[in-house]
Amino acid sequence: MSSSAEKIEDLIGQEYKQGFVTELETETFEPGLDEDVIRRLSKIKNEPEFMLEYRLKAFRHWQKMAEPDWAQLNIDPIDYQAISYYSAPKKKEDKPQSLDEVDPELLETYKKLGIPLDEQERLAGVAVDAVFDSVSVATTFKGKLKEAGVIFCPISEALNDYPELVQQYLGTVVPTGDNFFAALNAAVFTDGSFVYIPKGVRCPMELSTYFRINAANTGQFERTLIIADEDSHVSYLEGCTAPMRDENQLHAAVVELVAMDNAEIKYSTVQNWYPGDKDGVGGIYNFVTKRAECRGVNSKVSWTQVETGSAITWKYPSCVLLGDNSIGEFYSVALTNNFQQADTGTKMIHVGKNTSSNIVSKGISAGKAQNTYRGLVKVAKSADNARNYTQCDSLLVGDACGAHTFPYVEVKQPSAQVEHEATTSKISEDQLFFCQQRGLSAEDAVSMIVNGFCKDVFKELPMEFAVEAQALLGISLEGSVG
Amino acid sequence: MLNINNLHAGVEGKQILKGLNLQINPGEVHAIMGPNGAGKSTLSHVLSGKSGYEITQGSVSYQGRDLLDMEPEDRAREGVFLAFQYPVEIPGVSNIYLLKAALNAIRKHHGLNEVDAMDFLALVKDKVKLLQMDEKFLYRAVNEGFSGGEKKRNEILQAAVLEPKLCILDETDSGLDIDALKIVADGVNSLRSQDRSFLMITHYQRLLDYIKPDFVHVLADGKIVKSGGPELALELEAKGYSWVEGQAA
Ligand SMILES: Nc1ncnc2c1ncn2[C@@H]1O[C@H](COP(=O)(O)OP(=O)(O)OP(=O)(O)O)[C@@H](O)[C@H]1O
Ligand SMILES: [Mg+2]
Repeated sequence: MSSSAEKIEDLIGQEYKQGFVTELETETFEPGLDEDVIRRLSKIKNEPEFMLEYRLKAFRHWQKMAEPDWAQLNIDPIDYQAISYYSAPKKKEDKPQSLDEVDPELLETYKKLGIPLDEQERLAGVAVDAVFDSVSVATTFKGKLKEAGVIFCPISEALNDYPELVQQYLGTVVPTGDNFFAALNAAVFTDGSFVYIPKGVRCPMELSTYFRINAANTGQFERTLIIADEDSHVSYLEGCTAPMRDENQLHAAVVELVAMDNAEIKYSTVQNWYPGDKDGVGGIYNFVTKRAECRGVNSKVSWTQVETGSAITWKYPSCVLLGDNSIGEFYSVALTNNFQQADTGTKMIHVGKNTSSNIVSKGISAGKAQNTYRGLVKVAKSADNARNYTQCDSLLVGDACGAHTFPYVEVKQPSAQVEHEATTSKISEDQLFFCQQRGLSAEDAVSMIVNGFCKDVFKELPMEFAVEAQALLGISLEGSVG
Repeated sequence: MLNINNLHAGVEGKQILKGLNLQINPGEVHAIMGPNGAGKSTLSHVLSGKSGYEITQGSVSYQGRDLLDMEPEDRAREGVFLAFQYPVEIPGVSNIYLLKAALNAIRKHHGLNEVDAMDFLALVKDKVKLLQMDEKFLYRAVNEGFSGGEKKRNEILQAAVLEPKLCILDETDSGLDIDALKIVADGVNSLRSQDRSFLMITHYQRLLDYIKPDFVHVLADGKIVKSGGPELALELEAKGYSWVEGQAA
């Protein structure tokens, strides 16, 4: 191998800037999982009776299920009894706290992460729900949103304040027994965000949830539920980070979106969980079930994800297009580096007439990483004139990584049009040298080429996130061309 | 400005440059001609710092510094520019983005601020006009889908924006049609100045009708075997390389 190829491989040294630990007093369950743990969990959260039933049913189902093994992933066995299922910073009292009452340690943590929770400091136009291990510690702009009729609060709070609303929708998009990790989540989820946008309301600000894992030996089981009622619109952002630890930690989330007639949900993620070190030690196992139902006519759901973190990513944000003329979109950048593995993609299920879906996936693989796109486009008999367009591109950086593409297509309606395009390319030494000859460092050149490769996805992100995402890719590719 | 002394270089164990000497002073235009495989592109790569070449003997000083000791990007920032014989494509990165990133990297190196967005646009549009290119090329991905001639013209656009001190043109004329040759030559001529030097690699005397060189050299088998004024190119055209190669032996 020439020295320049080695340089490209070196380029991928990763410097993870969110890897610190916050020291604070916590209330943490002993590791282990049984019905008793679930009862305690439900009790500590002061949940309505139906929730406990829901959890127990899911748990019993989960016990009979096996981990999925079809993904292109190498996973060390997970000991579910070695995980603690609840960890939360100790509170003075146990009822909702206003922002002024939040532990300064926590405020400092979020500040360090670039997420000031002070409403004055916060960039105007973005409301934040901050989830720390198993609980939401603060939610900003709740009052202002309420004036517009928008409910934005931790799901644990919604279960107390709006139990009927939650009960009406929870588990209707991702049923408790949907898959192994979704069942586990249904049994033990602790917090996440709840959003309800009433009829005819355009949410006046961007909503966002910032997930932080802090405690060791815990799992984070987040649950998010977003309902956009008729003629409403919402843009939601999600970010995530965790400390650097040598042990793998489990994050198993479920996100459900419901869009009614003419409603639109834009859901953006910048996932930056700790990816493990350069030898593949540690990192988050990220098993996520994200699904949207476009229930109403002309409804639209758009998933945009930038996945740079996690040791393992198993995630397929999907759209079930039930309403006629409904639209599903999936824009994804997945960057894997060192020993990271990602098996990610989407499912677009066309049921309604004239439904359309658009998939743009950009996979970047560097170091010894493996990056897999797995996508399903399914057109039911009922979906007259359904349309899908899929563009699936892979970029390899160096010689030791891999990119794989598994597109599945099932079409039962002859009038459907399904198109798929795929490319694989590699950053060449000649491209790098050309850029260097124009005055750019090799690092900046790789970052420029990678960002150019991801352009079509970044332009789908809200402005503020696009900048963050670009910077994040830069960091992930930082630190090593000699 | 540039002083190449007894340069020996090779790649993958194959010796290509075998004792090359060349001196270029500020403001001079040197043309290098020579048969295919003589080592002309190799010379341009060694001077600009492409990896993979082994320097076995000799030295190159550039503005008093050891050029061979500098990183390729530092050579570029210090004013060494290579217009490639085969420019690469960079999908997804627009021409204008590359130009701006490159200009800013060079400015930063010299302790200057980033160029103002409006000033930059004005500058670039001016140069685009100079090379009679369509502004649309600025927003297309670098060289992607460009015709052979368009790529060459694009290289000179980059030189015009980045204003290097030593401009190495590796067969920039190859692949240009007659009109484009004239336009590119005009562009190069407009860049000529007292402190900017050129090293032009070409196979065709015609280019030298448009860009008058101060010196013409013949590179054969890894060495400069003959040097002279512009008339040498005419003589070569008439007699072929065997004439000089025979003389050198
Ligand atoms: N990577 C390589 N491995 C082996 N041989 C090489 C390599 N690169 C260049 N060469 C050889 O070195 C010699 C000089 O090549 P170079 O490209 O410098 O020639 P040139 O003078 O530019 O020719 P042309 O006029 O055709 O462009 C050629 O014989 C070429 O095949
Ligand atoms: Mg050549």
